[in-house]
Amino acid sequence: MKAEEYRERRIEAGGWPVNVSSYRVGDEWHAKADNVSPGAALARAAGVTREEAEQRVVERAAELLSRTRRHEV
Amino acid sequence: MATYAHPEMLVSTDWAASHRADPDVRIVEVDVDTKAYDEGHVPGAIAWAWNTQLCDTVRRDILSQEQFEELMSSSGVNPETTLVIYGDNNNWFAAWALWQAKIYGHADVRLMNGGRKKWLAEGRELSTETPPVKRAGYRAKNADLSLRAFLPQVQQAAAARSAALVDVRSPQEFSGEILAPPGLPETCQRGGHIPGARNIPWGRASNEDGTFKSADELRALYAGEGIDGSQPIIAYCRIGERSSHTWFVLKYLLGLDNVTNYDGSWTEWGNLVGANVERGAAAGARG
Repeated sequence: MKAEEYRERRIEAGGWPVNVSSYRVGDEWHAKADNVSPGAALARAAGVTREEAEQRVVERAAELLSRTRRHEV
Repeated sequence: MATYAHPEMLVSTDWAASHRADPDVRIVEVDVDTKAYDEGHVPGAIAWAWNTQLCDTVRRDILSQEQFEELMSSSGVNPETTLVIYGDNNNWFAAWALWQAKIYGHADVRLMNGGRKKWLAEGRELSTETPPVKRAGYRAKNADLSLRAFLPQVQQAAAARSAALVDVRSPQEFSGEILAPPGLPETCQRGGHIPGARNIPWGRASNEDGTFKSADELRALYAGEGIDGSQPIIAYCRIGERSSHTWFVLKYLLGLDNVTNYDGSWTEWGNLVGANVERGAAAGARG
């Protein structure tokens, strides 16, 4: 089996830039969301379509990112 | 164009594909996301979990010599084995594993340039099978602590400005605006950076495809921030894995001497009673 149709795109979720990558292995789509800076993994999910897998990771990423506190510097 | 100081420390995805069944080569995936391996990995690769197999799970520390020997033995690795490590996030924890392998004197350990991301993007073959491993009898060398910085060294370096402190976290972590990467739990009491540190985020050493930038680009990047090897270098981040990536770049791709990784990093310094902290953006980032 192979990873096919690999794609990355940048969106905003929970007020932060997020990198969403996705690809297909056989009939299953896999997606992952990382924060853009520093590039830490936030969520991973699978789905029957790319959209479904990506939506799951974006929702989870937004949930985590919305908890991030910004401090006065 | 200049070449890397130690190009033998990297293999390409092509090389890994053609050596995956080589009995003298052991390919290991080490991810931030420890579930990624199960989703599909380089055929023939085994996995190490950074949070259970690449640290002491009781006291905060890297593996002891005995624990490292057990990991290598149970992974079928001999001292002569070519160890090829790769992972997600452009090899964050792969570099962490390589750093420990070098501390314990493994002679031939390399990173797969581009890591898991490049393997996936190239549409290469994946496997969900864990290969059988024939146990080896590994004897490690005594720890080479010249590769590791401990708190007293960092305190002394910060006070005397006797080493270049390279903070590889994001600008917002460096400034103190956030206490952990966005979306991750806060793991320190204070935000900011070690006094005198320069902020060179780890990702600036990578291309979009996850591979390392060229030697010329890397030299320009670090020299532009005053990191040229004229004084000892201490890299740090939050828990030591991102700084392993930068340590690898400085030591093996640029060939700078006296580069250490401070794995205590911000989760140590930012929780330390009485430690001075600087806040605010890096000089070059101020408006």
